Amino acid sequence: MDIETYSLILSALLFAIGTVGVMLRRNVIIMFMCIELMLNAVNLTLVVFSRSLGIEAQVFVFFVIAVAAAEAAVGLAIIISIFRHYELVDVDRFNLLKW
Amino acid sequence: MSNFFESHWVLSLLLILPMAGAALCLIVQEEKSRYVAMLTSVVAFAISLPLFWTFRSGTAAIQNYVSVPWIEAWGIGYTIGIDGISILMVLLTTFVTPLAILASFTYIQRHQRAYYAMLLLLLAAMIGVFVSLDMFLFFLFWEIMLIPMYFIIGVWGGKRRVYAAVKFFLFTAIGSLLMLVAIVVIVYLYYRQYGVITFAYNDLVQLPIGRDLQFVLFSAFALAFAIKVPLFPLHTWLPDAHVEAPTAGSVILAGVLLKMGAYGFLRFAMPFFSHAATSPVVVGTILVLSLVGIIYGAWVAAVQPDAKKLVAYTSVAHLGFVMMGLFSLTTQGIQGGILQMVNHGISTGALFLLVGMLYERRHTRMIDDFGGIAKVMPVFAASFLLVALSSIGLPGTNGFIGEFLILIGTFQKYPVVAFIAATGVIFAAAYMLPMVQRMLYGEVDREENRVLSDIGIRERLVLAPALVMIVLIGVYPQPFLSLTSASVEALIEQVEHRAVSAPVQMGVSDLRFDRMPILGIDE
Amino acid sequence: MVNFLESFLRVAQHADGGYQPILPGLILLFPLVGFVINGLGAFLWRDSKRVPSLVGPLAIIGSFAVVLANFLAMHAAMPHDPAIVSLWTWMAVGDLSIGVDLQFDQLSVLMLLVVTGVSSVIHVYSIGYMREDPGYSRYFSYLNLFVFFMSVLVMGANFAIVFVGWEGVGLCSYLLIGFWYENREFASAGKKAFIVNRIGDFGFLVAMLLVFTHFGTLNFVEVFAAAPETLVFGGGVVTLITLLLFLGATGKSAQIPLYVWLPDAMAGPTPVSALIHAATMVTAGVYLVARAGVLFAMAPVSQATVAAIGAGTALFAATIAMQQYDIKKVLAYSTVSQLGYMFLAVGVGAFTAGMFHLITHAFFKALLFLGSGAVIHAMHHALHQVHRHDDPNDMRNYGGLKNVLPITWGTMWIGTVAIAGIFPFAGFFSKDEIIWSAGSYGYTVLWVVSILTALLTAGYMTRLMVLTFHGENRSGADVRPHLREVPAVMWVPLAILAVLSVVGGWIQIPESLPALPAVDALHHWLEPVMEPARQVMTEHGLHQAHESPLGGGEAVWAIMSTGLALIVVMLTFRALVHRRYRPASESETPTGFAGILYNKWYVDELYDRLIILPLLALWRGCWRIVDVGLIDGTLNAMASGTRMVGWVGSLFQTGRVAGYMFWFVTGVVLILALLLL
Repeated sequence: MDIETYSLILSALLFAIGTVGVMLRRNVIIMFMCIELMLNAVNLTLVVFSRSLGIEAQVFVFFVIAVAAAEAAVGLAIIISIFRHYELVDVDRFNLLKW
Repeated sequence: MSNFFESHWVLSLLLILPMAGAALCLIVQEEKSRYVAMLTSVVAFAISLPLFWTFRSGTAAIQNYVSVPWIEAWGIGYTIGIDGISILMVLLTTFVTPLAILASFTYIQRHQRAYYAMLLLLLAAMIGVFVSLDMFLFFLFWEIMLIPMYFIIGVWGGKRRVYAAVKFFLFTAIGSLLMLVAIVVIVYLYYRQYGVITFAYNDLVQLPIGRDLQFVLFSAFALAFAIKVPLFPLHTWLPDAHVEAPTAGSVILAGVLLKMGAYGFLRFAMPFFSHAATSPVVVGTILVLSLVGIIYGAWVAAVQPDAKKLVAYTSVAHLGFVMMGLFSLTTQGIQGGILQMVNHGISTGALFLLVGMLYERRHTRMIDDFGGIAKVMPVFAASFLLVALSSIGLPGTNGFIGEFLILIGTFQKYPVVAFIAATGVIFAAAYMLPMVQRMLYGEVDREENRVLSDIGIRERLVLAPALVMIVLIGVYPQPFLSLTSASVEALIEQVEHRAVSAPVQMGVSDLRFDRMPILGIDE
Repeated sequence: MVNFLESFLRVAQHADGGYQPILPGLILLFPLVGFVINGLGAFLWRDSKRVPSLVGPLAIIGSFAVVLANFLAMHAAMPHDPAIVSLWTWMAVGDLSIGVDLQFDQLSVLMLLVVTGVSSVIHVYSIGYMREDPGYSRYFSYLNLFVFFMSVLVMGANFAIVFVGWEGVGLCSYLLIGFWYENREFASAGKKAFIVNRIGDFGFLVAMLLVFTHFGTLNFVEVFAAAPETLVFGGGVVTLITLLLFLGATGKSAQIPLYVWLPDAMAGPTPVSALIHAATMVTAGVYLVARAGVLFAMAPVSQATVAAIGAGTALFAATIAMQQYDIKKVLAYSTVSQLGYMFLAVGVGAFTAGMFHLITHAFFKALLFLGSGAVIHAMHHALHQVHRHDDPNDMRNYGGLKNVLPITWGTMWIGTVAIAGIFPFAGFFSKDEIIWSAGSYGYTVLWVVSILTALLTAGYMTRLMVLTFHGENRSGADVRPHLREVPAVMWVPLAILAVLSVVGGWIQIPESLPALPAVDALHHWLEPVMEPARQVMTEHGLHQAHESPLGGGEAVWAIMSTGLALIVVMLTFRALVHRRYRPASESETPTGFAGILYNKWYVDELYDRLIILPLLALWRGCWRIVDVGLIDGTLNAMASGTRMVGWVGSLFQTGRVAGYMFWFVTGVVLILALLLL
């Protein structure tokens, strides 16, 4: 097995951990970190494929990082304001917009 | 000055002015907005009125025409103009709107700024629909029109206003979406045939559409317009919308909005899809539905306990007459139909105004809550009677002219249809007179009716123009008929020609139909 | 733009024979101005009686003067062709062109003379009758408007203009029947009149459509000139046109089956009953048939229908009149019956005879109505003085009034004798001509019916006179001293009409009557108008016989009928004058056959059960079941269906992010699996 296969397996594992984390955890911060994990798993994949398919894929990585940064900023802001309001970060309690 | 009235500026100003007025309404003080709206609409009427004389009635060409590219990549332009079919509609719109606004002065108490802005926006959109000669522009105005009306019903309406507003919106939106699809299809077909993308009416009208396809596209257009007319059995949004809408909403709804359906048939559906529009199946269906509308509308109107609902159902009957006239495809039928649209706008508008005046005083529209009103409100009663008679179609009032011409026109081609439709004159008396009798006559048997005040100066000002027009058109309709004759005759000729020469399949012939001549450019 | 004033006053350009209509527009303008002034007065100077008293009658008298001038001018010139006055183009669309045109020929001028003449008299009478009514000004405005529309009807030069007048007089009739609108019943009567009339108007309207389709024009002159060539004699089209026109006539002129509105129309003020519902408007149907004589002459089936319905109505209404107690109802049914006579006449082809009876009937029936109005006026006044609420219209409350109302009594006897058809009063000549025409044209059954009806007429009218004026007074001791003869403004019109009821028949005295100067004035006068119809009839072999179906010439039967009528009058008088009636409040409702007649053969009830109630049920069904149930039901079902789907979808919307994630991942996995496999 060459380095690419290992890298892809790693990114798949990271992605799976992120997914399961988002699905199972209730704490918003943890879920948020899991989402970051998933994004970075994708980044890793893109980088791996850029080795064989060409440098263009790495452009997307920059986009993803930029978007993730923005997301982190907005998301954390929301989380903080939620915390200020309710003094907790349990996602199951935030269902005001359900319908 | 005369140059102004022969240029497109008069129409453009009619579009811009109300929009500017609407913006102004939003920023002035709450209680001043009504005056802004009133002034704007009166000025709009004053601007449009000279068209009645400057319009060249001898030609079927488009007048006051302008075409400015807008979204060039898609062939969309700001193309407007009027001809004999639309001129009366434009004048009707500018005539009815000031009355509706003046009638709202005391009726509307909440959110006045928004209300008057909506009315003015509606005015601009209605004029836009009638003057647009670009399918995109037309569709834009057609949809814009829905929004103010939706809010007027939904915000300032009666108890079930939300139900009525949503019903109104859904009905109309479903129809217009299908129409949009059909428009896009026509544009695509034109592109495939000639390699040019264009939304201009005058270009698209040259396209010979294959016969089978015509039926599909016609149905899409017809559904949109038939809902608007409304044709039986698509009429049930109408009573609800009318009953719940504030007086001005009902007046404009009946006065102008309903006409757009019939206008759409004349302007778009019939020239575009002449073969389909003249085929026995379609004509038969529409004539039968109109007939059902005439009879059934009158029947249902006769048993309504709610005065406003009664008037709403009479619209179904009257518009049935209009549709019958249009699809008879005779000069008398179509000219009568157009005139009847104007008549219906004036008479039914006036009826809604009158019912609204009672509602303002008593906060009820139930016929049985009144009685003996003639004693306490003589001027009101006299006006009501005259308007009711016009609605019945008494000779000497405007209603008769339209109905008579429609019947004459229809009878020449479809005697049985006209014969059955003529029974509508009996039923008209059977729904209107009992209402008049139960509301105006008899003893004043309710205490609260005893103290009603007769209509005041403002209300008289609202009614007077309508009453004058009722008698004027009834006695001397010729100037109005003259305006439409050239265009109608050209339309009939075109439709008949296209009906027979439409290709069986598209693309096999290099046939190209005539476009409409434009005054000042082609002549 | 048309200069309205100029066109209104313009004198016709094309008129041969030296006759030109004189100030034709003024005939219409006077009543119209009267209507406007009085109509404004009803709002502006409500309490003033001076303006309406002056303007109302003067407008009509002015009109009458112009008509009289026209009549004299026409009499001198005797033009052969009608003169047409075009005021303005009403509608010109495609090949349809309708002008606001007035036609001046012998028929229209004669009719105008009767209309404006009788109207003038009745307007004057109204000053007295309506003096204390709060709606005085409104009353005169309606009455003026009526004369305006009636003149339009008479003068119209095409079907459409006549239709304007036709519906216009219907409107005025509606307004005047419901004049005392605060009484719900009266207002209902007006409504009923309008709606029933509309059924007839429907016929007229469709007839117009047919005429236009076949002739391309609605102008009388052109249509009647072209008819013999364009249409087939006795063909379907002409039969249909005439039957539809006749349907219009049955509505306006109260014939079977549309007569039901006229008796109810007595709710209006009595002068209105005299003017509109006896003398002028209700005869419009007869006028129309006479006007369209050519068409009717070409349609034997329609002719027979008209004659049969006319005779049937005459007899039917006369039977009802026998058992009515409301003085105006008796006269109303009598009017229906007499109108039947007129239709019998025009039906058998004796158009002139129909017009003749129309004229004489206008005189004597107006007289009788005004007379009854005088009685009611006096009774109402007296009852009012003692605050009693008895019915001032019920003849059972009258009796012996000849002592207090001598002028009314005298003039009404003249009217009664005239309507009974007794020599030498007006009704004798006109009715005799109708009966004779029915017999001599071979309508044996109708002839017998018409003679029978004549006897009934004499009977019920004598009954009316006896109940009202003879015997003992039944109004009560308290009322009696307050009964007075009506003022001069009311009895002078009675006197004028009484004179006309005597001499009115002398304009047309047949040759066959012995020892009388044969005055053929009416036939001669109407000949230019009626000639085409007569020609059509003669061409197709319709001839008047010289003997009745039972033998005997006109003179024999004329003498016989007047003798019979006289005998009936005397017998009825002697039989009833000593009978003791009781006041209405103490009387029982008649039973047996009299009860059926008293209840008018239950026709109103029949119409109610068979037509009106089922229709209303149907209409309600349309609304409740079709509109609300079917159409809205379907739509609402679709809406709730959409909502159901949405609700099911919203079940997935748990509000738990983990849940959403789970569905998301499942979806991704599924898609991936699908792609890979």
